[in-house]
Amino acid sequence: MVATRDEVDELLDAAMAHSTAEQTEVLYFGEDSALTRFANSQIHQNVRQHDRSVQVRVVDRQRIGVASTNRLDEAGLRDVVQSAVSIAERSAPNPQAAVLPTMASPPAAEGSGYVAATAEADPEQRAAGARAVIAAGVAQRLIVSGSFSNGSSTLAVSNSHGVRARQRTTRASLLTVMLDSYESGAASGYAQAGSTDIGSIDAEAVGVEAADKAVRSRGATELEPGEYEVVLEEYAVATILEYLAYIGFSALAYEEGRSFMELGERVMGENVTIWDDGSDATGLPSPIDFEGVAKQRVDLIHDGIATAVVHDAATAARAGTNSTGHALPAPNTWGPMPLNLFMRPGDSTREQLLSGMQRGIWVTRFHYVNPVHPKKAILTGMTKDGTFLVEHGQIVRPVINFRFTQSMPEAFSSVLALTADTKLLPGEYIGGYRVPAVRLGRFNFTGASMRERAGEDGGP
Amino acid sequence: MVGECGDEERGGVVQELIDRALDAAQRAGASYADVRVVERRSEELKLKNGELEAASSSLSEGFGVRLLVEGAWGFSSSSLLEPGEAERVAREAAEIARASRLAQREPVVLDQTPAVVASYRTPVEEDPFGVGLDQKLAILVEADAAIARVAGVAIRNASMGFERERKTFASTEGSRIEQEIVESGAGIEATAVDATEVQARSYPNSWGGQFVTGGFEAIRAMRLADHGQEIAEQAVALLQAPQCPSGEMTLVLDATQVALQLHESCGHPTELDRVLGTEASYAGTSFLTTDKLGQFRYGSELVNIDADATAPGGLGTFGYDDEGVPAQRSALVEGGVLSGYLTSRETAPTIGRQSMGSARAWSWNLIPLIRMTNINLRPGEAGGLDDLIADTKDGIFMSTNKSWSIDDRRLNFQFGDQVGWLIRDGKLGEMVRNPTYTGITPQFWGSCDAIGSASAYTIWGIPNCGKGEPGQVGHVGHGAAPARFRNVKVGVGRW
Repeated sequence: MVATRDEVDELLDAAMAHSTAEQTEVLYFGEDSALTRFANSQIHQNVRQHDRSVQVRVVDRQRIGVASTNRLDEAGLRDVVQSAVSIAERSAPNPQAAVLPTMASPPAAEGSGYVAATAEADPEQRAAGARAVIAAGVAQRLIVSGSFSNGSSTLAVSNSHGVRARQRTTRASLLTVMLDSYESGAASGYAQAGSTDIGSIDAEAVGVEAADKAVRSRGATELEPGEYEVVLEEYAVATILEYLAYIGFSALAYEEGRSFMELGERVMGENVTIWDDGSDATGLPSPIDFEGVAKQRVDLIHDGIATAVVHDAATAARAGTNSTGHALPAPNTWGPMPLNLFMRPGDSTREQLLSGMQRGIWVTRFHYVNPVHPKKAILTGMTKDGTFLVEHGQIVRPVINFRFTQSMPEAFSSVLALTADTKLLPGEYIGGYRVPAVRLGRFNFTGASMRERAGEDGGP
Repeated sequence: MVGECGDEERGGVVQELIDRALDAAQRAGASYADVRVVERRSEELKLKNGELEAASSSLSEGFGVRLLVEGAWGFSSSSLLEPGEAERVAREAAEIARASRLAQREPVVLDQTPAVVASYRTPVEEDPFGVGLDQKLAILVEADAAIARVAGVAIRNASMGFERERKTFASTEGSRIEQEIVESGAGIEATAVDATEVQARSYPNSWGGQFVTGGFEAIRAMRLADHGQEIAEQAVALLQAPQCPSGEMTLVLDATQVALQLHESCGHPTELDRVLGTEASYAGTSFLTTDKLGQFRYGSELVNIDADATAPGGLGTFGYDDEGVPAQRSALVEGGVLSGYLTSRETAPTIGRQSMGSARAWSWNLIPLIRMTNINLRPGEAGGLDDLIADTKDGIFMSTNKSWSIDDRRLNFQFGDQVGWLIRDGKLGEMVRNPTYTGITPQFWGSCDAIGSASAYTIWGIPNCGKGEPGQVGHVGHGAAPARFRNVKVGVGRW
């Protein structure tokens, strides 16, 4: 069901031809994806989906209408355009947002994020990956769960100002959680690999990494919450970047005073540099945004200084600048967002991160993170799948998962070291993060989970 | 707003598609198969600072074929509603099921739910898709104007949204179910901003407001404009309010926050798929393991919690779940003791029961997972919110969720609310900002010593519950009244 380039062009043109509006944008999105899921050391869910849809945004006398459909026959295309036009006719003017891109941005290099083997991988290939991961865990008497997914997507955008852009991308992801029981305080380990090329994912290595972590986390005991030095593995660092992007790296959040970003000011330590680059092939590229604008590299934090935020067409027009190519699909009230983040590595090995740490915590990853105070970028969440006490430069024992409540600019103002190696981790739905592991001078743990004991804490 | 084919024409297309898919599935070796054909229309309006920032409609339709081959699941789906595609998708699902067998230890066994031929339609007084855009906009504009009359508000939001899902479920066991579910929701929010703080107040709830199954009558009943000034004044006042104090206090929660507390600390941990480990790779597992059924003290004796997919107006209300099991009411906690789980046809036999009907799929291209329906805390006898506060000597009252987080076993949670007020001698005192509280689930519910009466009870809709891989969104409800909890840790973190 994958549409050819010609078929996509025909759909865009056919929809455009129906519009009577002053400005029209047609967006095509096609997805063909599959996911094999395993739990209790066996495959239990195995799914595939094929979908294609068209979204039409029209602007007429500063009135905007948006409609989408996945009914792509002639009548469906006519109806979706008429629907968008009808909404615009009956809407109130919104000069603040009535802007479609007109810039002739350099065309993105199509195909840099597409690997045919990823698009074509079959369920047997995913099952083989699942079996390799399961085998690594079962060998250590662990209960293995996870997922192995692959798929391709096509995004194409055409507008009446002449913008025409298209990208085809693929993405594969393998992740696993391994536990030694379902009791509270059980040992657990995690690993994940993501790539545009399914062939580069080493399922056995993913399995071994998670199993090793789970084995080392057996026998976790409680530890008093408080402020500690920490080592955050790449999984945890990527989650922090994901939330900073969500709450603070957007021009709209900045414009409305909701962001922690103060442009030109130091907001993090001078060894912290974070940028977004949707075309970098070492990430998970998505070279155009949902308005068809080629993504620019944007240096968000440079040597600890807040240097820029990302724009879509509407925020750029208000700020008197150009879109950086970070629009989300219309109608988008959240504003632009960077989806391909990178953090500059340091020069340490993972072992060196521990050097000289008198007493601290090693964090594998975070769980269920949410903003508590977006303007201060205070996040809360739990540690998960391998939390360890470090003493005198050595990991000495696993501990029960902590809850943190911490301002992230404050935490990233105390970066003591970063690894030279980075890891690529896929975003939940799109894009990804390439980040090092970091050591921070202080991190505030405000609570802990618990190991249940019979007769205590509400037990029978 | 998108053009529709006639019901009769659609019915013919759907019937042929189902017949071809089920036939192809059986010819491909399926011992069981079901097909869901779904059409979802939605409409969204968002007014921001008086300007219409989003006005959109969408249509998504397609079908999914789920089947068992030699006890292993396979699923495939397509947006092409064509008989030939139905056969191809069914064959593809069977191939996927065979691949599942390459890493399977135990075959899937379904419960003995009888086949059903039936239909269900959400009771609607005023079809929201028949109400003109101008009428909808007028309500939002009026509410926006009420907020705008208060000086100091930086961002004004007013929104409403509607969904209509028509779906047909059919299985090789002989079930054939037609449903039409209609949802309506709306809300307003005022945000005040200064150099260091961003403070918002919402009505009727945060995260978009209140959502129900029902028609436009629910939007009219909210009377959004009547509440614009109050939330605006509170948002501005919060900028100057002192930070929430830290310590152990008596905590009174409004019904909307009780609803989210139910969601995170009762709804999710009683999902039997989580309990059995099949969600371990994403959202986690549960401390409510099956050995605790019928004996674990989850909360105080006042705490009675039901899953009720039949509750009128609840966002988790329907006629049949996506395995064809009739909607029903089922106790999860009785007198504070764990008494049940949310189940599916696959999981219920593991505890010796029949499915209570909570297998739900977000869309045609996703499989049913165990999802909450309406997870309701039965009302108590403590009266209304004013009565609860009058009965509290010292403590803190918190209202309207701002943030949430809970660990992977659903034990350690932390919530933040938009606003708090200290309680002194049975009266609301000083307003405080950024209130948060944290606890351990059974300890927290064990400390519940008062629950508001039926007169203070509302089913709050939550339209953004995430679960599963690929990710699914769930629309669920939570019946709740205000409630009181003793010795709760509040004011978490450094500010």
